[in-house]
Amino acid sequence: MEKSVCKEHEKLYRELDEFIQEVEGDSSALIEVLHKAQQIFGHLPIEVQEHIAEKLNIPVSKVFGVVTFYSLFTMKPRGKYQIKICLGTACYVKGADKLMDRFKEELEIEEGEVTKDGLFSLHAVRCLGACSMAPVVMIGESDFYGRVTPDEVPKIIRNYKNRGGK
Amino acid sequence: MPKSNVVLVSVDSNSILKGARYFKNLFRQLVDEYNLSSFVDVLETGSFGVYRDGVIVAIYPEEVYYEVKNPDDVKKIVEEHLLKGRRAKELELDSALFTDKISVEAKKVSEETRVVLRNAGVIDPTNIDEYIARDGYMALAKVLNEMKPVEVVEIVKESGLRGRGGAGFPTGLKWEFTMKTEADQKYVICNADEGEPGTFKDRLIMEGDPHALIEAMTIAGYAVGATKGYIYIRGEYYGSVQNIQKAIEDAYEYGLLGENILGSGFTFHLAVRLGAGAYICGEETALMESIEGKAGRPRLKPPYPPVSGLYSKPTVINNVETFVNVPQIILKGADWFKSIGTENSPGTKVFSLCGNIVNRGIVEAPMGTTIRDLVYKYGGGIANGKELKMIQTGGTAGTFVGPDKLDTPLDFDSMKNYGVSLGSGVILVIDEDNCAVDVLKKAMEFFEHESCGKCTPCREGTKMLVRMLDEISKGRGKEEYIDAMKNIASTMLDSSFCGLGQSIPIPLNSMLDNFKEEFLAHINAKESPCGICKFEKPKKKLVRR
Ligand SMILES: Cc1cc2nc3c(=O)[nH]c(=O)nc-3n(C[C@H](O)[C@H](O)[C@H](O)COP(=O)(O)O)c2cc1C
Ligand code: SF4
Ligand code: FES
Ligand code: FES
Repeated sequence: MEKSVCKEHEKLYRELDEFIQEVEGDSSALIEVLHKAQQIFGHLPIEVQEHIAEKLNIPVSKVFGVVTFYSLFTMKPRGKYQIKICLGTACYVKGADKLMDRFKEELEIEEGEVTKDGLFSLHAVRCLGACSMAPVVMIGESDFYGRVTPDEVPKIIRNYKNRGGK
Repeated sequence: MPKSNVVLVSVDSNSILKGARYFKNLFRQLVDEYNLSSFVDVLETGSFGVYRDGVIVAIYPEEVYYEVKNPDDVKKIVEEHLLKGRRAKELELDSALFTDKISVEAKKVSEETRVVLRNAGVIDPTNIDEYIARDGYMALAKVLNEMKPVEVVEIVKESGLRGRGGAGFPTGLKWEFTMKTEADQKYVICNADEGEPGTFKDRLIMEGDPHALIEAMTIAGYAVGATKGYIYIRGEYYGSVQNIQKAIEDAYEYGLLGENILGSGFTFHLAVRLGAGAYICGEETALMESIEGKAGRPRLKPPYPPVSGLYSKPTVINNVETFVNVPQIILKGADWFKSIGTENSPGTKVFSLCGNIVNRGIVEAPMGTTIRDLVYKYGGGIANGKELKMIQTGGTAGTFVGPDKLDTPLDFDSMKNYGVSLGSGVILVIDEDNCAVDVLKKAMEFFEHESCGKCTPCREGTKMLVRMLDEISKGRGKEEYIDAMKNIASTMLDSSFCGLGQSIPIPLNSMLDNFKEEFLAHINAKESPCGICKFEKPKKKLVRR
């Protein structure tokens, strides 16, 4: 299939194809490939799903079915810093809902939305397995904030704002 | 030349969750960046015996203690203390705290019976040699050199070990069925999906002692005749994934995985598979669908996994905690294992203490330990001087019980004998500031969200339950709702396809029975009795009619 993609995207697709080649022949590789693709592209737009379907030689409908089933996969772009607030029971009894409200207020977005500058998006997630630190906020893949109070929210946001697009 | 400063980062099992390992690496990185590496050593250590919100870091020779909560704190300590030589006062902890407390804490730990967590926080989990130094891979060597597969199955059966993933099925039997099924290929799977809100034990076991899991799975492979294994880890557990992957690589390098392990002719390969955020994938057949690259919806049972599991081949699937018991059983014997815990539930259980409790974290205690001991002895009691209102045991699919059940011993029989479930070992403490209606609504919303949608009773039943609870919480409930909800739940029990739908009566009925007054209070009141639920006026249309 001819695609009119820019240089930048070409590179990303190449990276994805290399990974697909590594797992070649493994019929169970779809989920691994989707994880990788999301890591590369940030989200999984339909074009990327079509590309994967073609490379793995499976119907696009199957890829789509898997993408929509799992909550970690997203077809919409997310912020550079994804703010994930745990609303699991242990965090809930520790006031996680108030944290969510404060984040919404400070960022002026609703759950699932991205800020205008593209820097932040806000997500409610299920138990992160860090209940001893409840309530828990995770930013990106590795920054854990435990026992967060609503008043700490502006400071946390500022930290990432200062880092900006870097 | 000895370095002038040593930074000790406390990396015990609870601190790992608070980012201890990440902070340690960040210290190293910053020390490098500031060209301090010839003066400063950054080392891991065990618990200092003081639990705080953050990770505790000590700097010697000054013996200053800091509490680190986020990456900026690390930066501050490096820039202020190590670079400029002045203390970062806002982060400093009173050192008197430490001299007094260490002894108390050491006593507490020795009271814990550690089988599963014996290495967690003691060894550096990224170093295979440290595991080996503590009898690691000895059980595997013993099994491969001295035992026939059937003998391995026998000893696990004899030990009475039962599944720690929730259902409590005898592990030895599961292995025996799988061993006895003839097939050209069999599999061993570790269920590390750990999606039960409030549970975080598997994560700590994997991060604290990854080789114990690898060793146990290899033993299982030998016992049942499987040559390939998968560890299915929640996609959200980035830290665990890295640790386990490193451990697998090291095990391959040492010849403890791969072809001809320890010269025995036995071959076993192990790989990690990532979940992608679906609670239902913790159900064993849904998990297998997911490993096969499909949407994780449960399969019809029977056939059960020992007959037809992954790729329709015989498969052993066990929880992380279940597996990690096995090497110790092999080394110390079935009788030793049976000497811990209760008759029908031998061994220990790793409990996750969470909610409104002073010491939140995991604790390993013998099966049959009472809720009271878990909450007050290990957990330090209710936080902020509040009154205990209820405890949810066993996870979101577990029971809500009041303080009258505190003396219940927890094991696999406590559901049958006392109506209190053990489940995955969660002890979620809920204080007086919470409302029964609100808590139950949250729990049901969880199930509504996680229902995979395959079968109608669960997909629609969870929706109806949430809607009724929502009405009650808004002051529009009716007394009939209570029976109606129980009816829905009992239909779900009878006709749902998998354990998710079938388990809903457990939390629902226990809450409705034990806290009925509170539901009635919401139904019969004009104003919210608790102040958590916000009552709304009936919809306009209804008023007019
Ligand atoms: C909805 C649902 C979710 C489950 N989630 C988990 C889980 O996260 N971890 C787990 O070990 N078992 C989970 N189980 C239980 C597994 O299906 C299975 O019983 C278990 O992996 C068997 O291991 P064990 O015998 O060692 O406990 C779940 C079951 C159901 C019905
Ligand atoms: S009971 Fe619920 S989770 Fe299980 S198959 Fe049915 S819809 Fe899916
Ligand atoms: S409930 Fe939030 S981390 Fe477990
Ligand atoms: S939740 Fe208590 S008044 Fe409603």
